[in-house]
Amino acid sequence: MIGGLFIYNHKGEVLISRVYRDDIGRNAVDAFRVNVIHARQQVRCPVTNIARTSFFHVKRSNIWLAAATKQNVNAAMVFEFLYKMCDVMTAYFGKLSEDNIKNNFVLIYELLDEILDFGYPQNSETGALKTFITQQGVKSQTKEEQSQITSQVTGQIGWRREGIKYRRNELFLDVMESVNLLMSPQGQVLSAHVSGRVVMKSYLSGMPECKFGMNDKIVIDKQGKGGSSDEAGKSGKQSIAIDDCTFNQCVRLSKFDSERSISFIPPDGEFELMRYRTTKDIILPFRVIPLVREVGRTKLEVKVVIKSNFKPSLLAQKIEVRIPTPLNTSGVQVICMKGKAKYKASENSIVWKIKRMAGMKESQISAEIELLPTNDKKKWARPPISMNFEVPFAPSGLKVRYLKVFESKLNYSDHDVIKWVRYIGRSGIYETRC
Amino acid sequence: MTDSKYFTTNKKGEIFELKAELNNEKKEKRKEAVKKVIAAMTVGKDVSSLFPDVVNCMQTDNLELKKLVYLYLMNYAKSHPLCTDCEDPNPLIRALAVRTMGCIRVDKITEYLCEPLRKCLKDEDPYVRKTAAVCVAKLHDINAQMVEDQGFLDSLRDLIADSNPMVVANAVAALSEISESHPNSNLLDLNPQNINKLLTALNECTEWGQIFILDCLSNYNPKDEREAQSICERVTPRLSHANSAVVLSAVKVLMKFLELLPKDSDYYITLLKKLSPPLVTLLSGEPEVQYVALRNINLIVQKRPEILKQEIKVFFVKYNDPIYVKLEKLDIMIRLASQANIAQVLAELKEYATEVDVDFVRKAVRAIGRCAIKVEQSAERCVSTLLDLIQTKVNYVVQEAIVVIRDIFRKYPNKYESIIATLCENLDSLDEPDARAAMIWIVGEYAERIDNADELLESFLEGFHDESTQVQLTLLTAIVKLFLKKPSETQELVQQVLSLATQDSDNPDLRDRGYIYWRLLSTDPVTAKEVVLSEKPLISEETDLIEPTLLDELICHIGSLASVYHKPPNAFVEGSHGIHRKHLPIQHGSSGPAAPVDQPQVIPSQGDLLGDLLNLDLGPPVNVPQVCSMQMGAVDLLGGGLDSLVSDPIIIMHPTLCGWKNIIYVLLSNSWSGPGLISVDFLLLLAVLNFCVLQVWLPAAKAKGLEISGTFSRRQGHMYMDMSFTNKALQHMTDFAIQFNKNSFGMIPTTPLAVHTPLMPNQSIDISLPLNTIGPVMKMDPLNNLQVAVKNNIDVFYFSCLIPLSIFFVEDGKMERQVFLATWKDIPNENELQYQIKECHLNADTVSGKLQNNNIYTIAKRNVEGQDMLYQSLKLTNGIWILAELRIQPGNPNYTVKNTLNEKVCPNLWPVLYNIIWMQLWMYYS
Repeated sequence: MIGGLFIYNHKGEVLISRVYRDDIGRNAVDAFRVNVIHARQQVRCPVTNIARTSFFHVKRSNIWLAAATKQNVNAAMVFEFLYKMCDVMTAYFGKLSEDNIKNNFVLIYELLDEILDFGYPQNSETGALKTFITQQGVKSQTKEEQSQITSQVTGQIGWRREGIKYRRNELFLDVMESVNLLMSPQGQVLSAHVSGRVVMKSYLSGMPECKFGMNDKIVIDKQGKGGSSDEAGKSGKQSIAIDDCTFNQCVRLSKFDSERSISFIPPDGEFELMRYRTTKDIILPFRVIPLVREVGRTKLEVKVVIKSNFKPSLLAQKIEVRIPTPLNTSGVQVICMKGKAKYKASENSIVWKIKRMAGMKESQISAEIELLPTNDKKKWARPPISMNFEVPFAPSGLKVRYLKVFESKLNYSDHDVIKWVRYIGRSGIYETRC
Repeated sequence: MTDSKYFTTNKKGEIFELKAELNNEKKEKRKEAVKKVIAAMTVGKDVSSLFPDVVNCMQTDNLELKKLVYLYLMNYAKSHPLCTDCEDPNPLIRALAVRTMGCIRVDKITEYLCEPLRKCLKDEDPYVRKTAAVCVAKLHDINAQMVEDQGFLDSLRDLIADSNPMVVANAVAALSEISESHPNSNLLDLNPQNINKLLTALNECTEWGQIFILDCLSNYNPKDEREAQSICERVTPRLSHANSAVVLSAVKVLMKFLELLPKDSDYYITLLKKLSPPLVTLLSGEPEVQYVALRNINLIVQKRPEILKQEIKVFFVKYNDPIYVKLEKLDIMIRLASQANIAQVLAELKEYATEVDVDFVRKAVRAIGRCAIKVEQSAERCVSTLLDLIQTKVNYVVQEAIVVIRDIFRKYPNKYESIIATLCENLDSLDEPDARAAMIWIVGEYAERIDNADELLESFLEGFHDESTQVQLTLLTAIVKLFLKKPSETQELVQQVLSLATQDSDNPDLRDRGYIYWRLLSTDPVTAKEVVLSEKPLISEETDLIEPTLLDELICHIGSLASVYHKPPNAFVEGSHGIHRKHLPIQHGSSGPAAPVDQPQVIPSQGDLLGDLLNLDLGPPVNVPQVCSMQMGAVDLLGGGLDSLVSDPIIIMHPTLCGWKNIIYVLLSNSWSGPGLISVDFLLLLAVLNFCVLQVWLPAAKAKGLEISGTFSRRQGHMYMDMSFTNKALQHMTDFAIQFNKNSFGMIPTTPLAVHTPLMPNQSIDISLPLNTIGPVMKMDPLNNLQVAVKNNIDVFYFSCLIPLSIFFVEDGKMERQVFLATWKDIPNENELQYQIKECHLNADTVSGKLQNNNIYTIAKRNVEGQDMLYQSLKLTNGIWILAELRIQPGNPNYTVKNTLNEKVCPNLWPVLYNIIWMQLWMYYS
């Protein structure tokens, strides 16, 4: 299990050091600094073995978090725990920065004491932690309050406390997708997938039981069998094949496995209900058509066309195309039909920005790149052209069919809950080789 | 938010000031002071002198202050029982107290801890119980005996039936950890009832608890396939968990239990299908988790390639992936490459070969070569891709490409030789030994087709002594090949290289090989041709495969560090070699003849074994040394040395094409270590230092057709048991395993026996088994006796052999001069032994040089009355030092051996020393 946890600033100074096991000595703190933080080379592995001690590290802005152990621990768990720790700290005091950590070091020690016992991760849900780890110090709690805290921390529904009340029961669903693409210069899709998240913000009273439904092909096909064949044919078109999905711990996994229904008691406030991945029938919102011509040894001509491929009534936003240029570029001349384009020498690329673009349109940029003559034998590697954008639909085709709320003890029904659904499609790694 | 100010105070007399503040009347001031103390502690200052003052602050009902004080206590507690807090009405404080007490590692305190802990384990509040469960593990770490005596293990087992899932999870975690160091491995008492309880808790506890439970479940061996299937059914939903560690642990359980399911059942096929999507999903996580996932997928792909064979696209490298993710993805891509997807894979690899990171580019180039070897249909395209890359003239790309082209030549002889001309153009730009050696090998191998082969090789000869050993050896072989192919024009060249290798070089490997060639060429050129230009063994398609038994063990460790390092836990965890290794479950009632590979085989007690061994006729007096002469020219070369081996029980040269003739073949004709070949150093050492003579340890007649011959050696600081298995039966043999009985040096195999493919009739296989000396020790007679059990699908066989003591001589056996002097004097006379060596005509320097090669170090040299006196030391793996005095008189050197610790070593040591010196001398003069 985890033997010790250290937090360093970018210089390698220790901000937090908490040792859980005897086999991790004080010198472990220095070993990591000397061998990893101060090592000249780029970090080539997130797991480092120094003198029979294994170090797992993650970096957040310029803060290093490292876990040390001498045992054969569950490596995936250690990383998941480090991520979780970042989440918890962010939930308590905002961004992870040197100042914030120094200002809250007592709190951090208190948290570390609670969420990691003898190196074993314990309940680390922020909602539960905030009920009894506060900076004010817990004053006189009644016996009931105390046992409520402990039963929540250890209980089956560790993520929600009882007795929440809202005057207006409301919930928000955001379907956020990032669409990833790797395309060959000839326009062949080398790989494409959508990774999506359903984020829910719930402001609901009591302990509501929720049921979430979407146009999952497996569910729709199953229902289609029961209904008329006509209906099945109709809905079959709209359904999507989900390759795989993972759920927040509040979702009953065994129920999903057997009935493929998503039911849960939500945490209060914002949380990520599920993540999913699809690879079939993805709507690629943009197509990039590159044309690079080398004119002699000192000149390149680049022409890039982008085509939007969705309903004309919808608008894409924050469009940005990055066209990489060689390292020996001396000057660039750009002409574009729409938006603004600039050559950024520091980033070795031409950045072309368009604020808005409707569906089924196309736009074009052409650039002349002057090169300095070099004697470098190696050809320019031609990194891919990347693209960023935001569109108001889900590229996977996912649709929310319903989200039903049941709360038997309190006096409100599914109809009284105000529900909001929003779809956002963003570019993930959206690249076209040139 | 002003806590950071506590870090900044750094004045004189700080401790004094803090002391005053801690005793301040005002509560707030005291709280401030404790914060300062903690800050000082964090930066590493010694604030232990404030102990009583800080403890005074504990009497408060302020929880925050209390926690701070406890934090301080954990670091500095010398003695202070905290029992009272365990009775506190607030469960948070009770739990805090028990948590903290477990961290105080002072024996006296732990005694106080027992009573409160017992109460807390039965506390009404689950929060206290789950904390107490972990506390038992802490206590076990401090005082294992006490935990057992106090019955805490039983209390923990009771907690598995607790109503609260988190208590169950923590109890499971604690018990799992304790059982790792506990002699009774089934501490958890995993039976169907308990498993059911765990599976129920699995649905209800936190993500971390699920990991503990799944890791524990993976250690369970279901009694039949029905049970295995029902557990799998209840574990499968975990594959959809958002926490990647839960997913990987679930994959581990499923991968293990898959072994128990019948391969043709529907459920088996469905389960395999279910495994692939979650593994792919892991790759959309954070890069660190991706890395862990990829290392595991690498194992899973080797074990069950069918799971991910359709998914090769997800392993395509993204431009912005961190380098560690890129390298791992590339590895998996090659494993998944097949005829169906090769076009896509090649296009990708070509793309990668133009990237920036040098390591990555090299690996991509190497991957193209591996594709060519793996998928025959693609070989032509791969070769042309490689040629394109060579045209780029990027130095490291060219060199890497040449290395892989050599392998392609090996795999497809007489197919792509047309490109040799292009390769030769790049001769001058090669500066890495690997690439130079590869190029030289190609020139030597195809000398008859390259018009100016002699010129090319001659150009390398100019700076012969500046080349690395690898290049020198290859060059030597290449020129001999050239000579055998075009004898008329290259006589001068071969003379030149032989004299460079034998007379001007001080590298023993090179010199020895030079002599072998020289002799071979001068005695019998026909045989020389047969040996040097012999047909080469095939190279394997897959490379870097993990040895199957290790792979099975690593599958049992999916998700853990072992799976990230691809090493068994005992390779990197201290003090863990005693613990039981994990193995995959074995399907019950399987029809195949294969017995479980990893089931411990009981070596019969010594008495029985001795009886057995006598039956095997292995005792030295029973058998007349049997030396069989070879029909090869090479025999003359080595024949003279055979007499020296009379001290050993049986010596047989294999008359068949296996064993040592084969070794010589390989040694002489393939002077490079490509895939599928054993390293040249090993062969050279085997052939030259140990006379290349394998003793027959287990004759075929006694082992149902399996013949084992072997020898021991020490190379680069590691010990090896080099064996040759020959199948003289009519059926094929599989499932080899080996085990040693306890022995004087605690010698055990480092890795399991690696025999991948079935051993066909009349086939033989050479194995080099790495050894170490961390096993159990039992004194044997003679001291260097080793009893071995070898098993295959037919039966278990026993034999014993003598370990040459020289392999126990460690590299750091050089004693300090002063220490040597002092020790020499202290050794009692009865520990001293004296021997004489006859017919030795060497001077002192040569002798000490030769001995040093075998880790016997010369500490000092004196000249007394015209005689050279050498003082030498050597150290055995078990820490015994042996000191020696060597007196050299022309024609009659006296060797006095003095032994520091254990006189019993000496009689055995003598033949060893004798052997080493004698064989060295012989090699020198022959």
